[in-house]
Amino acid sequence: MILDIGFETMPREDLEAIILRRLKATLERIYANVPFYRKQFEENNITPDDIQSLEDLKRIPFTTKEDLRDNYPFGMFSVPMNNVVRIHASSGTTGQPTVVGYTARDVSTWADLMARSLAAGGATREDIIHNAYGYGLFTGGLGIHYGAEKLGASVIPVSGGNTKRQIVIMKDFGPTILTATPSYALHLSEIADDMGVSFENLKFKYGIFGAEPWSENMREDIEQKLQLTAVDIYGLSEVIGPGVAIECYEAKKGLHIFEDHFIPEIIDPPTGDVLPYGETGELVFTTITKEAFPVIRYRTRDITSLNPEPCKCGRTHVRMNRVSGRTDDMLIIRGVNVFPSQIESVLMEMDDVEPHYQLVVDREDKLDTLTVKVEVGERIFSDEVKHLQDLERKIAKNIKDYLGVSAKVLLAEPKSIARSEGKAVRVIDNRKI
Amino acid sequence: MRAEQISVFLENKAGRLAEVTAILAEANVNIRALALADTSDFGVLRLIVNDNATAVAALKNQGFTVGKTDVVAVEVEDKPGGLHRILDILHQAGINVEYMYAFVTQSGNNAIMIFRFESIDEAVKLLEANNVKVINGSEVYTL
Ligand SMILES: [Zn+2]
Repeated sequence: MILDIGFETMPREDLEAIILRRLKATLERIYANVPFYRKQFEENNITPDDIQSLEDLKRIPFTTKEDLRDNYPFGMFSVPMNNVVRIHASSGTTGQPTVVGYTARDVSTWADLMARSLAAGGATREDIIHNAYGYGLFTGGLGIHYGAEKLGASVIPVSGGNTKRQIVIMKDFGPTILTATPSYALHLSEIADDMGVSFENLKFKYGIFGAEPWSENMREDIEQKLQLTAVDIYGLSEVIGPGVAIECYEAKKGLHIFEDHFIPEIIDPPTGDVLPYGETGELVFTTITKEAFPVIRYRTRDITSLNPEPCKCGRTHVRMNRVSGRTDDMLIIRGVNVFPSQIESVLMEMDDVEPHYQLVVDREDKLDTLTVKVEVGERIFSDEVKHLQDLERKIAKNIKDYLGVSAKVLLAEPKSIARSEGKAVRVIDNRKI
Repeated sequence: MRAEQISVFLENKAGRLAEVTAILAEANVNIRALALADTSDFGVLRLIVNDNATAVAALKNQGFTVGKTDVVAVEVEDKPGGLHRILDILHQAGINVEYMYAFVTQSGNNAIMIFRFESIDEAVKLLEANNVKVINGSEVYTL
Protein backbone atom coordinates (compact mmCIF):
# COMPACT_ATOMS: atom_id res chain seq x y z
CA MET A 1 0.00 0.00 0.00
CA ILE A 2 1.23 3.52 -0.76
CA LEU A 3 0.68 5.58 2.37
CA ASP A 4 1.58 9.04 1.06
CA ILE A 5 0.34 9.01 -2.54
CA GLY A 6 1.10 12.72 -3.00
CA PHE A 7 4.80 12.52 -2.27
CA GLU A 8 5.58 8.89 -3.11
CA THR A 9 4.16 9.03 -6.65
CA MET A 10 4.91 12.69 -7.43
CA PRO A 11 6.03 13.35 -11.02
CA ARG A 12 9.85 13.70 -11.13
CA GLU A 13 9.76 17.35 -12.23
CA ASP A 14 7.63 18.45 -9.28
CA LEU A 15 9.64 16.25 -6.93
CA GLU A 16 12.94 17.76 -8.06
CA ALA A 17 11.63 21.29 -7.53
CA ILE A 18 10.74 20.40 -3.94
CA ILE A 19 14.11 18.69 -3.41
CA LEU A 20 16.00 21.78 -4.57
CA ARG A 21 13.93 24.10 -2.39
CA ARG A 22 14.45 21.90 0.66
CA LEU A 23 18.17 21.51 -0.06
CA LYS A 24 18.68 25.26 -0.21
CA ALA A 25 16.85 25.78 3.07
CA THR A 26 18.98 23.07 4.72
CA LEU A 27 22.22 24.62 3.44
CA GLU A 28 21.22 28.05 4.80
CA ARG A 29 20.61 26.53 8.22
CA ILE A 30 23.76 24.43 8.51
CA TYR A 31 25.90 27.31 7.21
CA ALA A 32 24.51 29.53 9.94
CA ASN A 33 24.46 26.96 12.76
CA VAL A 34 27.18 24.31 12.37
CA PRO A 35 30.79 25.54 12.54
CA PHE A 36 32.04 22.37 10.83
CA TYR A 37 29.96 22.99 7.69
CA ARG A 38 30.68 26.72 7.60
CA LYS A 39 34.39 25.88 7.65
CA GLN A 40 33.92 23.31 4.85
CA PHE A 41 32.17 25.94 2.71
CA GLU A 42 34.71 28.63 3.45
CA GLU A 43 37.66 26.39 2.65
CA ASN A 44 36.10 25.73 -0.75
CA ASN A 45 35.16 29.36 -1.32
CA ILE A 46 31.46 28.66 -1.63
CA THR A 47 28.34 29.88 0.14
CA PRO A 48 24.85 28.39 0.11
CA ASP A 49 23.98 30.92 -2.63
CA ASP A 50 26.33 29.11 -5.01
CA ILE A 51 24.10 26.06 -4.97
CA GLN A 52 21.40 26.89 -7.48
CA SER A 53 20.67 23.47 -8.95
CA LEU A 54 20.90 19.84 -7.88
CA GLU A 55 23.94 19.58 -10.16
CA ASP A 56 25.71 22.13 -7.95
CA LEU A 57 25.54 19.76 -4.99
CA LYS A 58 28.80 18.14 -6.05
CA ARG A 59 30.64 21.39 -5.34
CA ILE A 60 30.17 20.79 -1.62
CA PRO A 61 32.80 18.59 0.08
CA PHE A 62 31.87 15.20 1.60
CA THR A 63 31.19 14.57 5.26
CA THR A 64 32.74 11.40 6.68
CA LYS A 65 32.28 9.27 9.76
CA GLU A 66 35.58 10.68 11.04
CA ASP A 67 34.13 14.21 10.80
CA LEU A 68 31.22 13.09 12.98
CA ARG A 69 33.61 11.54 15.49
CA ASP A 70 35.77 14.66 15.57
CA ASN A 71 32.68 16.60 16.60
CA TYR A 72 31.65 14.11 19.28
CA PRO A 73 29.21 14.29 20.94
CA PHE A 74 27.00 17.23 19.89
CA GLY A 75 29.22 19.34 17.64
CA MET A 76 27.25 18.60 14.45
CA PHE A 77 23.86 19.54 15.92
CA SER A 78 22.16 22.39 14.09
CA VAL A 79 19.72 23.42 16.85
CA PRO A 80 20.18 24.35 20.52
CA MET A 81 20.06 21.37 22.89
CA ASN A 82 16.75 22.52 24.36
CA ASN A 83 15.14 21.77 21.00
CA VAL A 84 16.55 18.24 20.93
CA VAL A 85 14.04 15.68 22.23
CA ARG A 86 15.86 12.42 21.43
CA ILE A 87 19.46 11.21 21.22
CA HIS A 88 20.62 7.96 19.60
CA ALA A 89 24.14 6.63 19.11
CA SER A 90 25.67 4.03 16.86
CA SER A 91 27.69 1.28 18.47
CA GLY A 92 31.30 2.33 18.65
CA THR A 93 32.85 -0.95 17.57
CA THR A 94 35.80 0.96 16.22
CA GLY A 95 36.57 4.03 18.30
CA GLN A 96 34.12 6.77 19.22
CA PRO A 97 30.38 6.14 18.75
CA THR A 98 28.44 8.48 16.47
CA VAL A 99 25.82 10.55 18.27
CA VAL A 100 22.70 11.86 16.52
CA GLY A 101 19.87 14.09 17.74
CA TYR A 102 16.23 14.69 16.80
CA THR A 103 13.86 17.61 17.30
CA ALA A 104 10.19 16.84 17.92
CA ARG A 105 9.58 17.46 14.24
CA ASP A 106 12.44 15.09 13.27
CA VAL A 107 10.88 12.35 15.42
CA SER A 108 7.58 12.94 13.67
CA THR A 109 9.20 12.95 10.19
CA TRP A 110 10.97 9.71 11.04
CA ALA A 111 7.74 8.09 12.20
CA ASP A 112 6.04 9.20 8.94
CA LEU A 113 8.83 7.67 6.86
CA MET A 114 8.80 4.45 8.87
CA ALA A 115 5.01 4.25 8.51
CA ARG A 116 5.45 4.66 4.75
CA SER A 117 8.12 1.94 4.84
CA LEU A 118 5.99 -0.54 6.77
CA ALA A 119 3.11 0.08 4.36
CA ALA A 120 5.39 -0.45 1.36
CA GLY A 121 6.51 -3.71 2.96
CA GLY A 122 2.95 -5.00 3.30
CA ALA A 123 1.78 -3.72 6.70
CA THR A 124 -1.60 -2.09 7.34
CA ARG A 125 -3.33 -0.78 10.45
CA GLU A 126 -4.95 -4.20 10.83
CA ASP A 127 -1.58 -5.89 11.42
CA ILE A 128 0.27 -6.98 14.54
CA ILE A 129 3.97 -6.21 14.22
CA HIS A 130 6.53 -8.37 16.05
CA ASN A 131 9.44 -5.95 16.33
CA ALA A 132 12.61 -7.89 17.13
CA TYR A 133 15.01 -5.04 16.40
CA GLY A 134 16.94 -3.99 19.49
CA TYR A 135 15.50 -1.08 21.48
CA GLY A 136 17.92 1.41 22.93
CA LEU A 137 20.63 3.66 21.56
CA PHE A 138 20.42 1.70 18.29
CA THR A 139 17.79 3.32 16.03
CA GLY A 140 16.29 0.02 14.78
CA GLY A 141 13.84 -0.79 17.56
CA LEU A 142 12.41 2.64 18.29
CA GLY A 143 12.41 3.63 14.61
CA ILE A 144 10.16 0.73 13.65
CA HIS A 145 8.11 1.20 16.81
CA TYR A 146 7.13 4.83 16.16
CA GLY A 147 6.38 4.04 12.51
CA ALA A 148 4.14 1.14 13.48
CA GLU A 149 2.19 3.32 15.89
CA LYS A 150 1.91 6.10 13.28
CA LEU A 151 0.57 3.55 10.82
CA GLY A 152 -1.96 2.47 13.42
CA ALA A 153 -0.80 -1.14 13.58
CA SER A 154 -0.37 -2.99 16.88
CA VAL A 155 3.29 -3.27 17.77
CA ILE A 156 4.88 -5.83 20.10
CA PRO A 157 8.11 -4.20 21.36
CA VAL A 158 9.80 -7.54 21.92
CA SER A 159 13.31 -6.23 21.05
CA GLY A 160 16.26 -8.60 20.50
CA GLY A 161 17.20 -11.65 22.55
CA ASN A 162 15.36 -14.22 24.67
CA THR A 163 14.52 -16.10 21.50
CA LYS A 164 12.52 -18.89 23.10
CA ARG A 165 10.16 -16.41 24.69
CA GLN A 166 9.81 -14.70 21.29
CA ILE A 167 8.64 -17.97 19.76
CA VAL A 168 6.03 -18.37 22.50
CA ILE A 169 4.82 -14.81 21.86
CA MET A 170 4.59 -15.54 18.14
CA LYS A 171 2.46 -18.58 18.88
CA ASP A 172 0.21 -16.86 21.41
CA PHE A 173 -0.17 -13.31 20.02
CA GLY A 174 -0.28 -14.27 16.34
CA PRO A 175 1.75 -11.38 14.88
CA THR A 176 1.38 -10.94 11.09
CA ILE A 177 4.49 -8.83 10.37
CA LEU A 178 8.04 -9.60 11.50
CA THR A 179 10.69 -6.90 11.71
CA ALA A 180 14.24 -8.09 12.50
CA THR A 181 17.74 -8.40 11.12
CA PRO A 182 17.81 -11.15 8.46
CA SER A 183 20.27 -13.25 10.47
CA TYR A 184 18.04 -13.00 13.53
CA ALA A 185 15.08 -14.09 11.39
CA LEU A 186 17.00 -17.25 10.47
CA HIS A 187 17.99 -17.71 14.11
CA LEU A 188 14.29 -17.51 15.06
CA SER A 189 13.48 -20.24 12.54
CA GLU A 190 16.23 -22.48 13.97
CA ILE A 191 15.03 -22.07 17.53
CA ALA A 192 11.39 -22.56 16.44
CA ASP A 193 12.51 -25.79 14.80
CA ASP A 194 14.24 -26.90 17.99
CA MET A 195 11.06 -26.13 19.92
CA GLY A 196 8.92 -28.05 17.44
CA VAL A 197 7.09 -24.89 16.29
CA SER A 198 6.36 -24.65 12.57
CA PHE A 199 6.08 -21.25 10.88
CA GLU A 200 3.29 -22.78 8.81
CA ASN A 201 1.15 -22.62 11.92
CA LEU A 202 2.06 -19.00 12.67
CA LYS A 203 0.29 -16.03 11.08
CA PHE A 204 3.15 -14.12 9.45
CA LYS A 205 2.48 -12.59 6.01
CA TYR A 206 5.33 -10.11 5.57
CA GLY A 207 8.80 -9.63 7.03
CA ILE A 208 10.81 -6.42 6.86
CA PHE A 209 14.49 -7.12 7.29
CA GLY A 210 17.54 -4.87 7.38
CA ALA A 211 20.42 -3.38 9.40
CA GLU A 212 22.91 -5.78 7.81
CA PRO A 213 23.74 -6.80 4.25
CA TRP A 214 21.92 -9.87 2.94
CA SER A 215 21.43 -11.53 -0.41
CA GLU A 216 18.70 -12.56 -2.81
CA ASN A 217 19.41 -16.19 -1.92
CA MET A 218 19.04 -15.46 1.76
CA ARG A 219 15.64 -13.90 0.93
CA GLU A 220 14.49 -17.17 -0.67
CA ASP A 221 15.76 -19.08 2.32
CA ILE A 222 13.94 -16.80 4.79
CA GLU A 223 10.72 -16.76 2.75
CA GLN A 224 10.69 -20.53 2.61
CA LYS A 225 11.61 -21.14 6.25
CA LEU A 226 9.44 -18.41 7.75
CA GLN A 227 6.55 -18.71 5.27
CA LEU A 228 6.29 -14.98 4.54
CA THR A 229 7.14 -12.36 1.91
CA ALA A 230 10.47 -10.76 2.82
CA VAL A 231 11.45 -7.19 1.89
CA ASP A 232 14.63 -5.23 2.48
CA ILE A 233 14.71 -2.01 4.50
CA TYR A 234 17.61 0.42 4.66
CA GLY A 235 18.64 3.17 6.97
CA LEU A 236 21.41 4.44 9.16
CA SER A 237 21.32 6.57 12.26
CA GLU A 238 23.47 9.31 10.73
CA VAL A 239 20.79 9.90 8.08
CA ILE A 240 17.73 9.23 10.30
CA GLY A 241 17.62 5.51 11.17
CA PRO A 242 15.53 2.83 9.45
CA GLY A 243 13.13 4.32 6.91
CA VAL A 244 15.58 5.92 4.49
CA ALA A 245 14.69 3.39 1.80
CA ILE A 246 12.32 0.44 1.50
CA GLU A 247 11.55 -2.27 -0.99
CA CYS A 248 7.96 -2.48 -2.18
CA TYR A 249 6.45 -5.94 -1.87
CA GLU A 250 4.96 -5.59 -5.37
CA ALA A 251 8.36 -5.60 -7.11
CA LYS A 252 10.85 -6.77 -4.42
CA LYS A 253 13.52 -5.38 -6.67
CA GLY A 254 15.48 -2.57 -5.07
CA LEU A 255 14.62 -0.10 -2.32
CA HIS A 256 12.80 3.18 -3.01
CA ILE A 257 14.73 6.04 -1.41
CA PHE A 258 12.43 8.67 0.06
CA GLU A 259 13.82 11.42 -2.12
CA ASP A 260 11.53 14.10 -0.74
CA HIS A 261 13.75 13.82 2.40
CA PHE A 262 17.11 12.43 1.28
CA ILE A 263 19.25 13.05 -1.81
CA PRO A 264 21.26 9.96 -2.80
CA GLU A 265 24.46 9.98 -4.85
CA ILE A 266 26.80 7.17 -5.86
CA ILE A 267 30.50 7.99 -5.88
CA ASP A 268 33.69 6.23 -6.79
CA PRO A 269 35.26 5.62 -3.34
CA PRO A 270 38.90 6.47 -4.14
CA THR A 271 38.31 9.55 -6.33
CA GLY A 272 35.01 10.88 -4.98
CA ASP A 273 33.67 11.32 -8.53
CA VAL A 274 29.88 11.13 -8.85
CA LEU A 275 28.91 8.05 -10.88
CA PRO A 276 25.92 7.84 -13.23
CA TYR A 277 22.80 5.79 -12.48
CA GLY A 278 23.45 2.06 -12.68
CA GLU A 279 27.10 2.16 -11.69
CA THR A 280 28.25 0.60 -8.43
CA GLY A 281 30.01 2.68 -5.81
CA GLU A 282 29.66 4.22 -2.37
CA LEU A 283 26.26 5.58 -1.39
CA VAL A 284 26.24 9.22 -0.23
CA PHE A 285 23.29 11.02 1.40
CA THR A 286 22.24 14.60 1.95
CA THR A 287 19.28 15.13 4.28
CA ILE A 288 16.93 17.97 3.27
CA THR A 289 14.27 18.05 5.99
CA LYS A 290 16.10 17.18 9.18
CA GLU A 291 16.45 19.88 11.83
CA ALA A 292 18.68 18.67 14.67
CA PHE A 293 21.22 16.62 12.77
CA PRO A 294 21.34 17.32 9.04
CA VAL A 295 24.12 15.67 7.08
CA ILE A 296 25.54 16.99 3.84
CA ARG A 297 27.01 14.54 1.33
CA TYR A 298 27.57 11.95 4.05
CA ARG A 299 29.61 8.96 2.93
CA THR A 300 27.74 5.87 4.17
CA ARG A 301 30.51 3.37 3.25
CA ASP A 302 27.74 1.17 1.81
CA ILE A 303 28.32 -0.20 -1.68
CA THR A 304 25.35 -0.18 -4.07
CA SER A 305 23.95 1.35 -7.27
CA LEU A 306 20.87 3.43 -8.14
CA ASN A 307 18.09 2.41 -10.50
CA PRO A 308 15.85 5.19 -11.94
CA GLU A 309 13.54 2.82 -13.90
CA PRO A 310 9.83 3.30 -13.19
CA CYS A 311 8.53 0.70 -10.71
CA LYS A 312 5.35 -1.31 -11.03
CA CYS A 313 4.20 -0.17 -7.59
CA GLY A 314 3.76 3.37 -8.95
CA ARG A 315 6.33 5.09 -6.74
CA THR A 316 8.47 7.61 -8.61
CA HIS A 317 11.34 7.59 -6.11
CA VAL A 318 14.62 6.15 -7.34
CA ARG A 319 15.56 2.66 -6.15
CA MET A 320 18.87 1.62 -4.63
CA ASN A 321 19.91 -1.95 -5.22
CA ARG A 322 20.71 -4.23 -2.32
CA VAL A 323 23.78 -3.11 -0.40
CA SER A 324 26.41 -5.56 -1.63
CA GLY A 325 29.06 -4.70 0.95
CA ARG A 326 30.74 -1.99 2.97
CA THR A 327 33.78 -0.08 1.89
CA ASP A 328 35.24 -1.01 5.30
CA ASP A 329 34.02 -4.67 5.26
CA MET A 330 35.89 -5.10 2.07
CA LEU A 331 38.74 -7.53 2.58
CA ILE A 332 41.69 -7.23 0.29
CA ILE A 333 43.13 -10.73 -0.04
CA ARG A 334 46.22 -11.07 -2.21
CA GLY A 335 45.12 -7.94 -4.06
CA VAL A 336 41.55 -9.12 -4.68
CA ASN A 337 38.57 -7.21 -3.24
CA VAL A 338 36.35 -9.65 -1.35
CA PHE A 339 32.99 -8.84 0.27
CA PRO A 340 31.55 -11.39 2.71
CA SER A 341 28.22 -11.05 0.88
CA GLN A 342 29.81 -12.42 -2.28
CA ILE A 343 30.88 -15.59 -0.45
CA GLU A 344 27.35 -15.86 0.87
CA SER A 345 25.95 -15.70 -2.67
CA VAL A 346 28.30 -18.47 -3.77
CA LEU A 347 27.17 -20.72 -0.93
CA MET A 348 23.50 -20.01 -1.40
CA GLU A 349 23.66 -20.81 -5.09
CA MET A 350 24.75 -24.32 -4.20
CA ASP A 351 21.90 -26.69 -3.46
CA ASP A 352 21.36 -27.50 0.18
CA VAL A 353 24.30 -25.50 1.52
CA GLU A 354 23.12 -23.32 4.38
CA PRO A 355 24.22 -19.70 4.66
CA HIS A 356 26.11 -20.24 7.90
CA TYR A 357 29.67 -19.33 7.12
CA GLN A 358 32.65 -17.44 8.44
CA LEU A 359 35.69 -16.04 6.71
CA VAL A 360 39.01 -16.33 8.50
CA VAL A 361 41.91 -14.39 7.06
CA ASP A 362 45.46 -15.16 8.12
CA ARG A 363 48.89 -14.12 6.97
CA GLU A 364 51.40 -16.94 6.64
CA ASP A 365 54.90 -16.18 5.38
CA LYS A 366 53.73 -12.76 4.19
CA LEU A 367 50.98 -14.41 2.14
CA ASP A 368 47.30 -13.86 2.88
CA THR A 369 45.20 -16.98 3.22
CA LEU A 370 41.42 -17.16 3.24
CA THR A 371 39.63 -19.96 5.06
CA VAL A 372 35.88 -20.29 4.61
CA LYS A 373 34.17 -22.24 7.38
CA VAL A 374 30.84 -23.73 6.34
CA GLU A 375 28.48 -25.52 8.70
CA VAL A 376 27.40 -29.02 7.73
CA GLY A 377 23.63 -29.33 7.92
CA GLU A 378 21.69 -32.54 7.40
CA ARG A 379 21.03 -31.85 3.74
CA ILE A 380 24.69 -31.87 2.76
CA PHE A 381 25.94 -34.43 5.26
CA SER A 382 27.02 -37.82 3.94
CA ASP A 383 28.33 -40.93 5.68
CA GLU A 384 31.02 -41.04 3.02
CA VAL A 385 34.11 -38.91 3.56
CA LYS A 386 34.78 -38.59 -0.17
CA HIS A 387 31.40 -36.89 -0.73
CA LEU A 388 32.20 -34.32 1.93
CA GLN A 389 35.64 -33.77 0.45
CA ASP A 390 34.04 -33.32 -2.98
CA LEU A 391 31.78 -30.71 -1.46
CA GLU A 392 34.77 -28.84 0.01
CA ARG A 393 36.46 -28.84 -3.37
CA LYS A 394 33.30 -27.70 -5.14
CA ILE A 395 32.79 -24.77 -2.77
CA ALA A 396 36.45 -23.77 -3.15
CA LYS A 397 36.16 -23.96 -6.92
CA ASN A 398 33.00 -21.85 -7.01
CA ILE A 399 34.64 -19.22 -4.80
CA LYS A 400 37.66 -19.19 -7.08
CA ASP A 401 35.48 -18.93 -10.21
CA TYR A 402 33.25 -16.22 -8.83
CA LEU A 403 35.69 -14.11 -6.82
CA GLY A 404 39.05 -14.98 -8.30
CA VAL A 405 40.53 -15.81 -4.92
CA SER A 406 41.69 -19.18 -3.61
CA ALA A 407 40.13 -20.30 -0.37
CA LYS A 408 40.51 -23.28 1.90
CA VAL A 409 37.09 -24.64 2.78
CA LEU A 410 36.63 -26.08 6.24
CA LEU A 411 33.49 -27.99 7.13
CA ALA A 412 32.24 -27.23 10.61
CA GLU A 413 29.67 -28.65 13.00
CA PRO A 414 26.24 -26.99 13.16
CA LYS A 415 26.07 -23.83 15.28
CA SER A 416 29.84 -23.87 15.76
CA ILE A 417 30.17 -20.51 14.01
CA ALA A 418 29.65 -17.70 16.46
CA ARG A 419 26.36 -15.91 16.06
CA SER A 420 25.35 -13.31 18.52
CA GLU A 421 21.59 -13.00 18.86
CA GLY A 422 21.52 -10.09 16.44
CA LYS A 423 24.32 -10.43 13.94
CA ALA A 424 26.50 -13.28 12.80
CA VAL A 425 30.26 -12.95 13.11
CA ARG A 426 31.19 -13.24 9.44
CA VAL A 427 34.81 -12.21 9.38
CA ILE A 428 37.81 -12.91 11.56
CA ASP A 429 40.85 -11.11 10.29
CA ASN A 430 43.97 -12.37 12.06
CA ARG A 431 46.38 -10.39 9.93
CA LYS A 432 48.61 -8.05 11.86
CA ILE A 433 49.06 -5.25 9.40
CA MET B 1 18.53 -57.84 5.09
CA ARG B 2 19.49 -54.25 5.60
CA ALA B 3 20.66 -52.79 8.88
CA GLU B 4 20.45 -49.09 9.63
CA GLN B 5 23.64 -47.29 10.52
CA ILE B 6 23.78 -43.79 11.95
CA SER B 7 26.58 -41.40 11.10
CA VAL B 8 27.69 -38.25 12.86
CA PHE B 9 29.69 -35.29 11.55
CA LEU B 10 32.62 -34.38 13.82
CA GLU B 11 35.15 -31.61 13.66
CA ASN B 12 38.66 -32.82 14.38
CA LYS B 13 38.78 -31.55 17.91
CA ALA B 14 40.16 -33.37 20.94
CA GLY B 15 37.49 -35.08 22.98
CA ARG B 16 34.70 -34.81 20.41
CA LEU B 17 34.38 -38.59 19.99
CA ALA B 18 34.22 -39.04 23.76
CA GLU B 19 31.38 -36.49 23.86
CA VAL B 20 29.36 -38.62 21.44
CA THR B 21 29.91 -41.80 23.44
CA ALA B 22 29.02 -39.93 26.64
CA ILE B 23 25.76 -38.64 25.12
CA LEU B 24 24.85 -42.16 24.01
CA ALA B 25 25.73 -43.65 27.39
CA GLU B 26 23.60 -40.99 29.07
CA ALA B 27 20.70 -41.91 26.76
CA ASN B 28 21.17 -45.57 27.67
CA VAL B 29 22.11 -46.50 24.11
CA ASN B 30 24.39 -49.47 23.55
CA ILE B 31 27.02 -49.16 20.80
CA ARG B 32 27.27 -52.44 18.80
CA ALA B 33 29.86 -51.33 16.27
CA LEU B 34 31.73 -48.12 15.58
CA ALA B 35 34.19 -46.78 13.03
CA LEU B 36 35.66 -43.33 12.54
CA ALA B 37 36.77 -42.15 9.12
CA ASP B 38 38.64 -38.89 9.28
CA THR B 39 40.60 -36.34 7.31
CA SER B 40 42.88 -33.67 8.73
CA ASP B 41 39.86 -31.39 9.29
CA PHE B 42 36.83 -33.49 10.03
CA GLY B 43 35.61 -37.00 10.67
CA VAL B 44 32.54 -39.10 10.05
CA LEU B 45 31.63 -41.43 12.88
CA ARG B 46 29.60 -44.49 11.88
CA LEU B 47 27.67 -46.41 14.47
CA ILE B 48 25.46 -49.42 14.83
CA VAL B 49 23.48 -49.11 18.05
CA ASN B 50 20.70 -50.98 19.76
CA ASP B 51 18.21 -48.09 19.59
CA ASN B 52 18.49 -45.79 16.57
CA ALA B 53 15.59 -43.48 17.38
CA THR B 54 16.86 -42.68 20.88
CA ALA B 55 20.45 -42.28 19.67
CA VAL B 56 19.49 -39.90 16.83
CA ALA B 57 17.27 -37.80 19.07
CA ALA B 58 19.93 -37.54 21.78
CA LEU B 59 22.66 -36.51 19.32
CA LYS B 60 20.50 -34.00 17.43
CA ASN B 61 19.42 -32.52 20.70
CA GLN B 62 23.08 -31.78 21.42
CA GLY B 63 23.45 -30.06 18.06
CA PHE B 64 25.15 -32.81 16.05
CA THR B 65 24.43 -33.39 12.38
CA VAL B 66 23.23 -36.98 12.11
CA GLY B 67 22.58 -39.10 9.03
CA LYS B 68 21.13 -42.58 8.47
CA THR B 69 22.35 -45.12 5.93
CA ASP B 70 21.46 -48.68 5.11
CA VAL B 71 24.34 -51.13 5.48
CA VAL B 72 24.71 -54.91 5.41
CA ALA B 73 25.99 -57.10 8.26
CA VAL B 74 27.77 -60.19 7.01
CA GLU B 75 29.09 -63.24 8.86
CA VAL B 76 32.73 -63.85 8.11
CA GLU B 77 34.29 -67.22 8.84
CA ASP B 78 36.87 -66.79 11.57
CA LYS B 79 39.71 -68.45 9.72
CA PRO B 80 42.48 -67.39 7.28
CA GLY B 81 41.01 -66.25 3.99
CA GLY B 82 37.51 -65.80 5.43
CA LEU B 83 37.23 -62.12 4.53
CA HIS B 84 39.17 -62.56 1.33
CA ARG B 85 36.62 -65.00 0.01
CA ILE B 86 33.81 -62.49 0.44
CA LEU B 87 35.74 -59.59 -1.07
CA ASP B 88 36.69 -61.80 -3.98
CA ILE B 89 33.05 -62.66 -4.71
CA LEU B 90 32.15 -58.98 -4.70
CA HIS B 91 35.17 -58.04 -6.80
CA GLN B 92 34.42 -60.68 -9.42
CA ALA B 93 30.88 -59.30 -9.74
CA GLY B 94 32.16 -55.74 -10.00
CA ILE B 95 30.43 -54.57 -6.80
CA ASN B 96 32.15 -51.74 -5.00
CA VAL B 97 32.60 -51.68 -1.23
CA GLU B 98 32.39 -48.08 -0.11
CA TYR B 99 33.75 -49.00 3.31
CA MET B 100 33.55 -51.71 5.95
CA TYR B 101 34.30 -52.25 9.60
CA ALA B 102 34.12 -54.97 12.23
CA PHE B 103 31.38 -55.70 14.70
CA VAL B 104 32.20 -55.83 18.39
CA THR B 105 30.57 -59.17 19.16
CA GLN B 106 30.83 -62.43 17.30
CA SER B 107 28.11 -64.66 15.98
CA GLY B 108 28.98 -68.08 17.29
CA ASN B 109 32.47 -68.72 16.04
CA ASN B 110 32.21 -66.23 13.21
CA ALA B 111 33.14 -62.55 13.03
CA ILE B 112 30.66 -59.97 11.75
CA MET B 113 31.56 -57.23 9.31
CA ILE B 114 29.48 -54.21 8.36
CA PHE B 115 29.56 -53.39 4.62
CA ARG B 116 28.45 -50.20 2.92
CA PHE B 117 27.54 -50.77 -0.75
CA GLU B 118 26.31 -48.34 -3.36
CA SER B 119 24.09 -51.07 -4.84
CA ILE B 120 22.90 -52.80 -1.73
CA ASP B 121 20.23 -55.17 -3.14
CA GLU B 122 22.52 -56.53 -5.78
CA ALA B 123 25.25 -57.14 -3.21
CA VAL B 124 22.92 -58.97 -0.81
CA LYS B 125 21.58 -61.18 -3.60
CA LEU B 126 25.09 -62.03 -4.73
CA LEU B 127 26.35 -62.87 -1.24
CA GLU B 128 23.39 -65.08 -0.46
CA ALA B 129 23.75 -66.87 -3.78
CA ASN B 130 27.30 -67.69 -2.69
CA ASN B 131 26.20 -69.01 0.69
CA VAL B 132 27.54 -66.07 2.63
CA LYS B 133 25.35 -65.43 5.66
CA VAL B 134 23.77 -61.98 5.68
CA ILE B 135 22.36 -61.15 9.10
CA ASN B 136 18.82 -59.78 9.43
CA GLY B 137 18.65 -56.09 10.30
CA SER B 138 16.52 -56.65 13.37
CA GLU B 139 18.99 -59.22 14.68
CA VAL B 140 21.97 -56.92 14.24
CA TYR B 141 20.79 -54.42 16.85
CA THR B 142 20.42 -57.07 19.52
CA LEU B 143 23.37 -59.37 18.86
ZN1 LIG C 1 8.21 -0.19 -6.19
